[in-house]
Parts: sequence; C-alpha cells; structure tokens
Amino acid sequence: MDGFVSIRNLKKFYGEFCALKGINLDIAEGEVICIVGPSGSGKSTLIRCINRLEGFEDTSEIVVDGIPVMPGKSLAKVRAEVGMVFQSFNLFPHLTVRRNVMLAPSRVRGLSTTEATDRANFLLERVGISEQADKYPEHLSGGQQQRVAIARALAMEPRVMLFDEPTSALDPEMVGEVLDVMKDLAGTGVTMIVVTHEMGFARQVADRVIFMDGGEVIETGKPDEIFSNPQEPRTQNFLSAVLNH
Amino acid sequence: MEIIDTFFNVEVLLRTYPLMLKGLWITIKLGVVSIIAGLALGLVLALIRLYAAPPVQLLARIYIDVFRSLPLLVLLIIVYYALPFVGISMSSFWSAMLALTLVSGAYMAEIFRAGIQAIPKGQFEASQALGLGYRHMMVDVILPQAVKIVIPPLTNNSINVVKDTALASVVAMPDLLKQATQAQALAANPSPLILAAAIYVAILWPLVAAVSRMERRLGAGER
Ligand SMILES: Nc1ncnc2c1ncn2[C@@H]1O[C@H](COP(=O)(O)OP(=O)(O)OP(=O)(O)O)[C@@H](O)[C@H]1O
Ligand SMILES: [Mg+2]
Repeated sequence: MDGFVSIRNLKKFYGEFCALKGINLDIAEGEVICIVGPSGSGKSTLIRCINRLEGFEDTSEIVVDGIPVMPGKSLAKVRAEVGMVFQSFNLFPHLTVRRNVMLAPSRVRGLSTTEATDRANFLLERVGISEQADKYPEHLSGGQQQRVAIARALAMEPRVMLFDEPTSALDPEMVGEVLDVMKDLAGTGVTMIVVTHEMGFARQVADRVIFMDGGEVIETGKPDEIFSNPQEPRTQNFLSAVLNH
Repeated sequence: MEIIDTFFNVEVLLRTYPLMLKGLWITIKLGVVSIIAGLALGLVLALIRLYAAPPVQLLARIYIDVFRSLPLLVLLIIVYYALPFVGISMSSFWSAMLALTLVSGAYMAEIFRAGIQAIPKGQFEASQALGLGYRHMMVDVILPQAVKIVIPPLTNNSINVVKDTALASVVAMPDLLKQATQAQALAANPSPLILAAAIYVAILWPLVAAVSRMERRLGAGER
C-alpha cells in the first residue's frame, strides 16, 4: 500500500463479462498518469472505480490518500478529494457557469456565498472563462464548457483529478484550449489520471503512460519508453495503428 | 327567445348567483388543497419507487397501480359511506379531499418518476463525483431540471383534479355543481347548470391553453 492512489486486484464484472481482470496500480502524489488503449479495454471503467461511480468486487481494494473507497461515510470523503471531468462535460444546464462552479463548494465544503463566488471567479479566470460566468452552459462552445467542467471540479480543491477522454467530444479546433488548461494543471502538483487518445499530450505531459487492453494493464512506463520502444506486441500494434493514421 | 329564457334566464341567474359563488369557492378550495397534497404525495411516492429498498419500492408500485385502477367515485363513496363503519367519519369536504389526493398522488408519482428518469445519467454522475450527497443532488441538480419537464403533465393532472371535484357533489358537498343543481331545482329552470358549466370552462380553459403552449415550447426546444 504505497501509492497515494493505490489499486489492488481490481476486478469488475458486468454480469458475466469481466471488464477489469485484477488491476494493480500505485500512483504517487502529484504524478500525471495517462491511460491509453483500444476501445473497450476498460479505461473508463478503471477510473470510474476510483471514485466508485462503478462498484467493484469485495476482494478488490482501492485506497485514495489513506481512505478506502468503500460505500458509506468514507466514500463521501473520497469523492470530495477526487475531481472528475467527463467526455460529455455534464455541466448543470439549469445553473449559470458561475453557479455550476459554486455549487459543490457551498454544499459540501460549507463555503459562504461570498467565499464560493470568489473561488468560482478565481477558477474561471484561471481557465479563461471569466467573461462567460453569467451565461448558461448551452451558450458556450464545447471547449469552453469543458474548461468550466474543469473549474467546477477544481473548486472542491481535489487532490486527485480524473479525466475520461476530456477532448474526445470536441471539435478539433477546441482540443488545444482544453489540453492547455490540463497542462497548466499538471504543473500544480495535483495528481492526474487521464484517459486520452491524445498521444501528443501523453508524450509531453505524462510522468507515466499505462497501456490497457482487454481489462488488463499490458505495459506501463515513461512516455519515451512506451512510445519509442514499446515491449509488448499489443502495445506496438495499438501505437502503430493510432500514430500512423 | 324561449331558448334564452330557458337556458340563460337572467332573472334566475341573478337570484341564484350568490349560492353559486359559494359553491365555486368550495370547488376551488377543494381543488387547490387536493392538488397540493397530491403533489407532495406524488413526489414522495416517486422517490420511494425509484430509490427506496426493493421491498418498499414494491409497496409504492402496488399503491400507485391500485389507485390508478380504482375509479375515483368508488373510492369517494367508500371513504364517505364505508369508513364510518370502522369509526372513521369525515365531513364531505375532507372525504373528497382524501379521495382526490390518494388518486391524484398516484398519477403525479408516475409523472415525477418519468421526469426524474428523463434526466441524463451524466447529471447524477457529475453530482456524485463532486461529492454532493443524495439530498443535495436531488434538490439542487435533479429536481430543478425534472420540474421543467413535468410541469405540463402535472398541470394536466391538476386540471383533472379540479374537474373531478364535481364528483364530490355525490357525497352532498355543496360545491359548484351541487349548488347549481339545487338552484336549478329551486328555480325550476336549468340556467344555473349552464352557468356552472361556463364557470368550469372559464377557470380551466386558461390552464388547458397554458399546457398546450408549454408543450409546444418544450417540443420546439428539443434537440
Ligand atoms: N454498463 C455496462 N454494462 C455492460 N458492459 C459494460 C458497461 N460499461 C462498460 N461495459 C463493457 O466493459 C468494457 C470496458 O468498457 P470501458 O467503457 O471501460 O472501455 P474504454 O476503454 O473506456 O473504451 P472507450 O475507449 O470506447 O471509451 C467494454 O467491453 C464495455 O462494453
Ligand atoms: Mg471510455
């Protein structure tokens, strides 16, 4: 049990189907991890287990900052410490951008309206959306919405940020602005676990790249090692397919 | 001219309209109280039906199905005439209110459930990922969105509740219809009945029109 995020023998079944086949992973505090792999390999399932949006087998164990990811009181603590950014943004459409960011800090952390407003304004500034703070999400572009979603997650001051293909739903011209925000974030010491198809981003920003296939971790290593000199045939096939198209 | 004297007899109407106004007031009171109680009952039932422990969920489902199958008039008569045999007797107003609430609550529950289920899964997941507890997730995120979806069908259901208050005249409640039938007997002229009908339409037509407008808008706003 050494990692800041520590995953032991993680197994996940959907009915008979085994989506995760006993994953072991230790992630250090401040580490930036990119998870890559073909569709259906279990990348989303893996990171959704970390804040228990997906339940998992009783014999499996996940611990975040010393807190076990178990149903009950400790789960609330874990979720307050772990932020998540989704492929489809999932902003709250009935709240303005600023209110989206303010909601969780006021309700979960007990911030006053002034404190929550200040924090929201600061974070929206940081992701470059301060002009849109009073608009509703539907009036923002996809890239702007995703940056709001990042600010909303950061407002809880999480120690760990999970990203599930944050740029996959974006028009190509908006991918860069979101990746830039994530790059800035990677420099701040927050632990990041990023599922992505952006190999350039993984190469440049990740401390470690994890390649998954068929519900297993096939290979893990520094970006240079994985991208320039992959050891496993499955990694080689996957990379030559995505890098050469 | 004879038709006007028979159905729109001004003299009869002038004589009987104070009685009718009293009836109207009771109809409105009964309608509003039953709608509010039905809404509350419906929301609670919907939440139980969706999120309670499975055996409790089943109870809510049975309740909802039974009270949607039971004719309101039958229930009303049971409440008013049968419950006194076991020592529970209520005034005609409260009997009617109880029957209306029990039935409309079952319909409202199904409407709320459909509204909550129409909210995308991502909204629940985003709330949970942010650490919001169940109560805050429902109150701050899910229900405000669900309410927008359910307002047209809930309004429809509320219109039905107001219409069904007329059944209460069967248990001698002096509502609008009852007063109209009495006034008609008294005056030996059906004009009060026509007036009663006109009043129901005058109250409910705006609501019916509002529902159509909302449905058109929601339909247009759909992606
Ligand atoms: N709710 C579910 N019910 C049944 N099977 C599921 C469910 N969610 C995921 N799966 C299956 O689990 C496997 C892993 O899915 P997962 O979404 O984690 O893959 P992924 O690596 O994120 O793929 P992608 O790159 O397409 O997002 C897939 O085979 C998928 O079909
Ligand atoms: Mg996925």
